[in-house]
Amino acid sequence: MISNTVLVISALVAGPLLGGLISGLDRIITARLQSRIGPPVLQPFYDVIKLLGKEKMVVNVWQAFCAYCYIAAASISVIMFFLRSDLLLILFIQAVGAVFLVIGALSSTSPFSQVGAHRELLQILSYEPLLVLVTVGVYLETGSFKITTVYSWSEPLLLKLPFLYLVLGYALTIKLRKSPFDLSTSHHAHQELVKGLLTDYSGPFLALAEIGHWFEIVLLLGFCSLFWATNWVGMMILVAVTYFLEILIDNVSARMNWRWMLGYVWAMGLSLSLVNLIWLYAG
Amino acid sequence: MFKKFIRKSRIKSPWLLHYDCSSCNGCDIEVLACLTPVYDIERFGIINVGNPFHADILLVTGTVNLRNRKVLVNLFDQMPHPKVVVAIGSCALSGGIFRETYNVLGGIDKVIPVDVYVPGCPAKPEAIIDGVVMGLDKFKGKKAEEKSHAG
Repeated sequence: MISNTVLVISALVAGPLLGGLISGLDRIITARLQSRIGPPVLQPFYDVIKLLGKEKMVVNVWQAFCAYCYIAAASISVIMFFLRSDLLLILFIQAVGAVFLVIGALSSTSPFSQVGAHRELLQILSYEPLLVLVTVGVYLETGSFKITTVYSWSEPLLLKLPFLYLVLGYALTIKLRKSPFDLSTSHHAHQELVKGLLTDYSGPFLALAEIGHWFEIVLLLGFCSLFWATNWVGMMILVAVTYFLEILIDNVSARMNWRWMLGYVWAMGLSLSLVNLIWLYAG
Repeated sequence: MFKKFIRKSRIKSPWLLHYDCSSCNGCDIEVLACLTPVYDIERFGIINVGNPFHADILLVTGTVNLRNRKVLVNLFDQMPHPKVVVAIGSCALSGGIFRETYNVLGGIDKVIPVDVYVPGCPAKPEAIIDGVVMGLDKFKGKKAEEKSHAG
């Protein structure tokens, strides 16, 4: 019981801390790739603290409610990951949070926010089936949806599920809001939708959405870590290489439209998962 | 202590909103030049956000006239407190060479309160960065508790 409490607290602390540091490093590496120097590594924390200290300005109360629901769902999913709970349940809680963020954006009448919300729904439609397929693959290999079983598995899952790891990569790129899939909102300079999904979130509520995003980064990198759960060094290297590739892809690709995203991600994701699942079943 | 932290973060992370009233684009290009790798203002945590809801500093270039004064006031009102306004270039300061024109109201300080004036035609990127840094000092005297007109 006490160890569970410690795990919950460490998830609540480590989630934002790790997520913020990772996005700080992300911004520096992105800047270096563009031959700039980039902001200090603590920049995401300065941004969020500044936003928390700004005037509360909400379009309507539902938006504030949805921002709170989003961060609650995102933090609960990370807590459950730390408690080594059920993978499917974690996925569903994370999806509820993502949908609340969309509802918050839909509650405003701004066209930027509306179009951003619709695009975010399409993004959710693209990556959710892939995440479920990845967990199905994990289940077929280990015989359990529990993270405890996955972490105690004797050989790295990556060797058995290489294509499903690629599929997870697609979901990761969409979820981290990286090009070519940063349709609904983007970290970089303003795009055709101003800030898309996040246009009408401001001040403290934007900060909540940002902290929720940090939780989600940690959760998804946690999913990646499942694929090399046999030792810590391998896990760290796998996660670091994956994230670096994400940044690289972000910098070398342009933003595409949602039709291309849905077609490409489903075609590639479903066929790669199918190949991997058949191989797993036959082998 | 937390307030001190917020004050420090405000100085470390100013997000810009750039509004071109009716400039000749000379100053606008200089503003955009600050974002390039040569000046790289993201080093100081500065981001060009393009959304008044997220902005801390409003950069205005060009003359304000009868048509765009509403837009300018609207953008200013939509920014949550605390906020700073930086006027860039001769036109934004006083109307510049257009000040005698029938539809020009003069400097943008006729319409919204201005904190920092950056002269030049066009203003140099170095001068714009200087102006923004001076604007950061102005945050000390401002509070988040002030209420906006619109919201």
